[in-house]
Amino acid sequence: MKQANKLLALLGVLAFVGAACSNNSSSSGGSAGGGGITPAKTYSTIGTPETQLNLIAWNGYTEDGSNDPSYDWVTPFEDQTGCKVSVKYADTSDEMVTLMRQGGGSQYDGVSASGDASNRLIAGGDVGAVDPSLFPSLSDVIAPLSPTTGTNNSHYVVDGNVYGVPYMYGPNFLMYNTKIVKPAPTSWDVTFEPTINGQPNPYAGKVTAYGGAIFMADAAMYLKVHDPSLGITDPYELTSAQLDAVVNLLKAQKPLVGKYWSAYTDEIDGFVDGSMVVGTAWPVNLTYAKADAPVAAVIPSEGVTGWADTWMISANAPHPNCMLKWMEYTLQPEVQASVGLWYGAAGSNANSCKLIAKGYGQGGAKIVDTVEYSFCGNADFLNSIYLWKTPTTDCGDSRGQTCEDYSVWQQKWTEITGA
Amino acid sequence: MESRAARILIRAGAGVAMLFLYVPLVVVVLYAFNNSVGQKWPITSYTTKYFGLAWRNPLLRTALWNSVRIGLAATAIALVLGSLAAFAVHRFQFFGRNSVSFLLILPVALPGIVTAIALSSTVTAFGASFGLFVTMVGHATFCIVVVYNNVLARLRRTPGSLVEASMDLGADGWTTFRLVTFPAVRAALVAGALLSFALSFDEIIVTNFLAGTEMTVPKFIFNNIRQPRNRPIVNVVAVAAMLVTLIPVILAQRLAGGASNPTAAGAVGQAGQAAV
Amino acid sequence: MADGSARARTTRLSAFFYRHRGLKLAGFLGGPMLWLVVVYLGSLGIMLVSAFWRVDVFTGDVVRQWGTQNFVTLWTIPVYRTIAIRTIGLAVAVSLTDVLLAFPLAYYAARMATPRRRNAVLIAIVVPLWANYLVRVFAWRLILSSGGFLTAMTQKVGFHLDLGNSAWAIWLAFSYLWLPFVLLPIYGALERVPLSYLEASGDLGAKGWLTFRRVVLPLVVPGIVAGTIFSFSLTLGDYIVPQLVGNTKFIGNVIYDSFGIAGNVPFAAAFALVPVAVMAVYLFLAKRVGAFEAL
Repeated sequence: MKQANKLLALLGVLAFVGAACSNNSSSSGGSAGGGGITPAKTYSTIGTPETQLNLIAWNGYTEDGSNDPSYDWVTPFEDQTGCKVSVKYADTSDEMVTLMRQGGGSQYDGVSASGDASNRLIAGGDVGAVDPSLFPSLSDVIAPLSPTTGTNNSHYVVDGNVYGVPYMYGPNFLMYNTKIVKPAPTSWDVTFEPTINGQPNPYAGKVTAYGGAIFMADAAMYLKVHDPSLGITDPYELTSAQLDAVVNLLKAQKPLVGKYWSAYTDEIDGFVDGSMVVGTAWPVNLTYAKADAPVAAVIPSEGVTGWADTWMISANAPHPNCMLKWMEYTLQPEVQASVGLWYGAAGSNANSCKLIAKGYGQGGAKIVDTVEYSFCGNADFLNSIYLWKTPTTDCGDSRGQTCEDYSVWQQKWTEITGA
Repeated sequence: MESRAARILIRAGAGVAMLFLYVPLVVVVLYAFNNSVGQKWPITSYTTKYFGLAWRNPLLRTALWNSVRIGLAATAIALVLGSLAAFAVHRFQFFGRNSVSFLLILPVALPGIVTAIALSSTVTAFGASFGLFVTMVGHATFCIVVVYNNVLARLRRTPGSLVEASMDLGADGWTTFRLVTFPAVRAALVAGALLSFALSFDEIIVTNFLAGTEMTVPKFIFNNIRQPRNRPIVNVVAVAAMLVTLIPVILAQRLAGGASNPTAAGAVGQAGQAAV
Repeated sequence: MADGSARARTTRLSAFFYRHRGLKLAGFLGGPMLWLVVVYLGSLGIMLVSAFWRVDVFTGDVVRQWGTQNFVTLWTIPVYRTIAIRTIGLAVAVSLTDVLLAFPLAYYAARMATPRRRNAVLIAIVVPLWANYLVRVFAWRLILSSGGFLTAMTQKVGFHLDLGNSAWAIWLAFSYLWLPFVLLPIYGALERVPLSYLEASGDLGAKGWLTFRRVVLPLVVPGIVAGTIFSFSLTLGDYIVPQLVGNTKFIGNVIYDSFGIAGNVPFAAAFALVPVAVMAVYLFLAKRVGAFEAL
């Protein structure tokens, strides 16, 4: 009996493992590297919508009135197309990439991908290319992001193929408690430096920072200005020496940080209950926190990192027509204007900025060109943002392939936060 | 037996432990009636409106239905497999008997995230899809031990002489089982089933990894803890979830032979450990 | 007549199985064992195998090449050792706290309460267990937040206690969550101590504390260890409590971050072997002390 039992167990485990090994189910649609990337799938027609749409999105991008009845752009879409929208919220781009790849990419139809997710998804063959003629409103997209002539579109246009439609963009600005942080900060030093002007940092223990590996780019951006000898040009293209300097800065920052936020509600809660007074924030966090705490935001002198989000469709989308309809819908200026008013990010459709301005009447244009609206329509500001993108070994300049890729960033980030 | 001083100290310690156990629960119940969206203390005004709102939330209703379905299916499987294993271990002496007990306990003794990752990797390796079925399989795996413990405990308390007497009186194996063994074990089966259902209903760690886009009640709570405007509904769901699992468990406690039975208490404890 | 032939059939079947006990055993054991071995052990096996693979971070493809790079990383980079030690340390602290908290209540229930009281106390102990794990973590988040219950209560007594996201908060939350699990086996063990032992000890002249130390405690140790199996194992793998209540990274967080966020399944699997190894050692030691009988 003992022998039989053991044999049975061994056989069972071996059979199982053998089956798993032989089953090649890792997603490998597109061929990456070398000559170019062929899209895993290209969508060129929009057919009859199915009845369901499964999205992965940032919180605040898909309001259906349950948070505030006057902000709802999901229900009209559902009424128009009959596609019932179900959303999975994620806190970081990493999570979005992992979710998108789950089940071979056939669980979710689309994702609001930031630049540090989009290129990974494209390279992994997880998202499909689209025929830009499906979306006439693409011609209204703000110049740098335009799929045809844009200078800042490499996060969704690769080798001439368009992999989605631009949605909202915005900065990771500096949010602070106006009653406690005085005078109003003009530099990121209040969050990074243990001593300011010879005095210990008065906000130590109440600083907050984004809890994702991509935040290291913010530190790199800071060092670009404050330590030019490192020679940092692009905060996402860092050699080993530059990355080490960044890691040291972040390790020095850690004692100042009360809590790293990745769930956006953690930051809102922190500012509302007073355990956080200054730190990196998304525009939507400002919107929520403003209701219960005296907060404001500023673009510091070193600049800001940020994100330009694109709705991308899965290469194996279970409901592709609903997704394509959603992409068409969210490109409309009315929708992006609503999102802009709620979230505080800037719509990539330049007409949405004009709509918001019109809503304010006289002097509307001035109101829209402020940090609360992420300087909607201002191409110079957009170009000044260090948009999230995935670090690769390719430095993109004369340094060749000597930069550190994202896996090293993730490793270092665990070292910083785990210590 | 114990000195007076010792008795006072022990009672005091017991009281502290009881308070520790219950104050947080009372706080949650109070917050379910909190009228404001912010979660500060003290609560300024009370309302029951969120109960109505929660009931009318369609996503929550779907989550409830999913949780119930998964719970019933997992319990059914656990009942069959768990009792089979209990009978085998009780009736037969065989080498590897200890390994069987150990194997059954393993899904519950290893940290939940290990079980979650292992099952999740398997699903991906076979290219299966995440969802209700896979979640149910995961739940059944650690519900088995709950039924097993309950049935085994009851079998151990059932005198073997009953079965022998039945055989002596001419009944064959099946009839003996039907008329003698099964009625004796029935209460334990029901208790095991109730505990297993409660376990599955409460489970979050493995469910998070296996359910994919499907929603269950604990997932709903977990997702909405992060939505500032939805906090009041989370509080309400928390209270409701408490009640849904409490009732089966209290019933199970009664049925498993009274609270003075340590094996039953241990089984309940083990079950609860897997609920995490 | 149909009834008679059916009876005859079942009788023949029973007789057959009575003679072939091995087959009967296989019939009973086959189902559960097949399930557990194939579904559970098989999954663990796959996880073990994938710990030796690696993932291409850019495309997300799992590269099925045998290699020990994950383990090398875990061994050489100090932060993982820090996290592992920190988690084990916390597990020990939480287990100790729970044993200390649980013992008076278990003793009261087992040896001092009337049967009716005992019933009520036991149910009262079990009830929080089933109040849904997330709910109980959430309760602590409510209590521990700045401006929350704890701050308000301590302010009334005159001092300002804001545990916020500190390690104390996490320790409190874990101690609270696992208390019933630790308590029940201790209760069981205390209940099984025969009164005659205590009386005999008294007759031989031992006072209360001596009896407790020399007679009761050794008999209860297996139960204590059995209880700590749960508090230890649960603390080792938890990732939700540190996320919701604290700001520190534990083993569970690293596994979850690697798996669910970074999509690095091989690394998560490799790190998951750490708590498995720790628990294997702990279970082995616990078995030696006799804790398995006290479960």
